[in-house]
Amino acid sequence: MTDTLVRFEGVRKTYGTGGAAAVVGLDLDIARGELMTLLGPSGSGKTTTLMMLAGFEMPSAGRILLEGRDIAHTAPHRRGIGVVFQSYALFPHMTVAENVGFPLSVRGVGRADRDARVAKALAMVRLDGYADRRPLQLSGGQQQRVALARALVFEPPIVLLDEPLGALDKALREEMQLEIRHIHQRLGVTMMYVTHDQAEALTLSDRIAVFEGGRIRQVADPKRLYDRPADAFVAGFVGENNLLPGMIEARDGEDCTVRLRCGPVVEAQAVDCGGVGQSCLVAIRPERIAVAGVTASDLGEGALPATLQEAIFLGDYVRLRLSVGDGGDILVKRPAGIGALPEPGGPAAIAWPEGAAFAFSDAV
Amino acid sequence: MNRPALLTAPLLLFLLITFVAPIGAFLWRGVTDAEVAPVLPRTVAALVSWDGAATPDEAAFAALVADLRDARARDRETGIGSIPRAAARLNADRPGFRGLLPMTARRVEASIEGSMRDAVLAISEEWRDAETWGAIRRAGGPLSAFHGLMALDLRQDAAGSIRAVPDDQAVFRAVLMRSLWISLTVTAACLLLGWPIAWMIATAKGLPATLLLAAVMLPFWISLIVRTAAWMVLLQREGVVNAALGAVGVGPLALMMNRFAVVLAMVHILLPFMVLPLVAAFRGLDPRLPRAAASLGAAPWRVFLRVTLPLCLPGIGAGCVLVFIQALGFYVTPALLGGPNDQMLAWFVGFYATRSVNWGLAAALSVMLLAAVGLCVALYGKLAGFRRPGAA
Repeated sequence: MTDTLVRFEGVRKTYGTGGAAAVVGLDLDIARGELMTLLGPSGSGKTTTLMMLAGFEMPSAGRILLEGRDIAHTAPHRRGIGVVFQSYALFPHMTVAENVGFPLSVRGVGRADRDARVAKALAMVRLDGYADRRPLQLSGGQQQRVALARALVFEPPIVLLDEPLGALDKALREEMQLEIRHIHQRLGVTMMYVTHDQAEALTLSDRIAVFEGGRIRQVADPKRLYDRPADAFVAGFVGENNLLPGMIEARDGEDCTVRLRCGPVVEAQAVDCGGVGQSCLVAIRPERIAVAGVTASDLGEGALPATLQEAIFLGDYVRLRLSVGDGGDILVKRPAGIGALPEPGGPAAIAWPEGAAFAFSDAV
Repeated sequence: MNRPALLTAPLLLFLLITFVAPIGAFLWRGVTDAEVAPVLPRTVAALVSWDGAATPDEAAFAALVADLRDARARDRETGIGSIPRAAARLNADRPGFRGLLPMTARRVEASIEGSMRDAVLAISEEWRDAETWGAIRRAGGPLSAFHGLMALDLRQDAAGSIRAVPDDQAVFRAVLMRSLWISLTVTAACLLLGWPIAWMIATAKGLPATLLLAAVMLPFWISLIVRTAAWMVLLQREGVVNAALGAVGVGPLALMMNRFAVVLAMVHILLPFMVLPLVAAFRGLDPRLPRAAASLGAAPWRVFLRVTLPLCLPGIGAGCVLVFIQALGFYVTPALLGGPNDQMLAWFVGFYATRSVNWGLAAALSVMLLAAVGLCVALYGKLAGFRRPGAA
C-alpha cells in the first residue's frame, strides 16, 4: 500500500442552511509524491475541494487528514500547504525575491539562508535574473513561475494548484504543463492540481479524479481513465467520444448486444449498464473506428454501412463525420495521408475492433 | 489650439477672475507694504543709509517734516485719510504710532525755526527712539518681511537683526501648533472610526452596502453651518445631552466652548472624506492576496501588516491628507463650538482681515496656512507617492 499523505473522509460542503451541496460525500486518498488532478466542469466541486484542503472553506461534515492529522478546522496559515492561485495572487508591492521569500520570512528564516533558498527556487523556475523586478513587470508565464516558486520554496508537504494556467495562451500553457511535470518529478513533491481541461489533466497527472455534480465519478491514472471510463460522463468528458443511445437486447456478463436507436445492432462491453430492455449509451472512441470507401459487406463481418457527410483536414489528422442508419451521427479521426478517403455521399463502411465499444447507463 | 482646451477656456477664465486673481492679490499683501511709502517717500529714502542704532540725523527729520506737510495738505484736498492709514500700519509694528503720526503731522504744520530735529523731538520724545524710525524703515516697502516674520512671532529690530518677540506677545506659533494638533487629532479619530465602517461597506454587497454608503454620505447633503449649529443645540448647557444626563443625575457638564466639542464636530463633518477613499482602497484590494499570504504561513496580524496595510496605504494616505488639509483650514466649527484657546489659524486670518483691518498680517497668516498645507501634501507625495498601488 502506498503512503497516504492526504485523505478526505466523507467530506460534505453545503452553502447556507439547506442550500445546494457543493461537495457531496467525498472520499479520496492522495499518495505521497503523486500528482493528483481534480478534473471536472465548472461547478463540479473540484475548486471547493481544493479550498477545503487549503483551509479557506470549512467542510460541513467529514474529516480531512494531512499525514494522519485532522486539519479540517485548522487555520490556513497553520497548515503549511502551498497554494498557487488561478491568477497568481502575487503581492504587487513586493519584488519577485520578496514574494518568493515571503513564506520564509514569516517563518523566521534568517536573511542569508532565505536569500540562498530564494535564489535556488528562482533558478528552479528559470527566473534567475528577475529577483528585483516587480510582478507587474513580468509576463503571465513568468508571474506563474514566481507563484510556483513561492509555493514551493518553503518545502510544503503538498502544493495545491488552482487552474494555474487558465490565463495563459495555448502554447505557453503546454510549455508550463511540461515544466510543472518536470518540477514535480525532480522534487518529488505531492501536488493537487485543479483544472477543467482534460488534455491538461492527461498531460500532467499521475492520477485523475473526475468530478461532476459535487461527486467523484472516477479516480484512475490517465491511461485507464481514457481507455476504461467508469461511466458515460467520464467517457464523454475525457477525450472525444461517440455516445450513441440504444437499448440492450442481450446481455451475457461483460458482453452485451445493443440495438442502437439509429438502427444497427452492435456488440459492446457492459460497464455500468442495466439488463435486457434497459436503455444505454454506447461509447466508441473516434480514433478506433476504421473507415473505407466500400460497401459494408466488402469490409467484413460486423461492419456498418455509413455515408460520409464531411471531412475536415486538420494537418496531422482528418476528422470525418458520417451518418449511420437513421439519424446516427458518428465522428471518426484518422491520421492524414493514410489510405484513400471515400467519396462524400458515396458508399462507405465503418468498423471497430472487438472491445472498443462500451455500454454505459444513460442515467446521469 | 485643440477643441477641448477651447471648451475649458471659459472655466479657466472664471477661475482666474474669481479665484486665482483675488487670492493672489490678497496673499501679495502679506509680502508687500504699500501704506507708508506714499505718505513718507522722502523719509523712507533718507533712512536707507541709516545705521539703525542712533537717532537719525537732521536730514531724516527734515524729510519727515516735509513728507508730513505734503501728506496733510493732500489729505485735506482729497479727503482721503492717508496719514491715519499709514499710522495704523506703523501702529501694528510699534504701538503708539496711531496717535504719534497724526499728532506730529498736525504740529509740524506751523513753521519751524532752526533745527527740524529739535522741533520734532519737542513734539514727542518718541522720535528719539531708534525703534520708532526702524518701524518706518521696515514699512517702507515695496517688499517687506514684516508680516511674514510677525506670523512666525519674529520681528526685526532697527539694526536689522531678527529675533523672537517677547513671550507675552508670541501668539501665532502656538496657534499654528494648535491648528496642526487639532487637525492631527481629528485625522487620527477619523481613521480609527472610519476604518471599520469602510471595511463593512467594502465587503458588504447589494442593498446593505448602498444603505451604509448612503448613511455615510448623508452629512454631505446638510450644510456645514447647520451641522455645527446642531451640535450647539446638542451640547449647550441646557441642551439635549445635558438634559438627558440631568435625568440620570449627572451634570450639567461643560460640553461646549472647549476642545472636545471642536474635535467631535470636526470628526463628524470630515468622516466621509476618510471613509470614501478607504472604501475605494478596500474594494480595490484583490481578496486573493490575503488568502495567498495566509496559505504561505502568515498569521492574520502579519497578513494585515505585510499585505493588506501596504496595499491600502495609498487610500489611507489620500483619506488622511484630505481630512488633515480640510481640518487645518477649519473656521466656523471652532468659532462656534470652541473656547478662546481652541481657535485655529483661519479664525485669526478672519480676525485680522475683518476686525482689526490688518490685511498684511491676515495675508501673511494665510500664506503660512497655505505653506503648511503645501508641506503636508509634499510630505505625503514623498512618503506614499502620487502613483497608483502596484505601479513601479
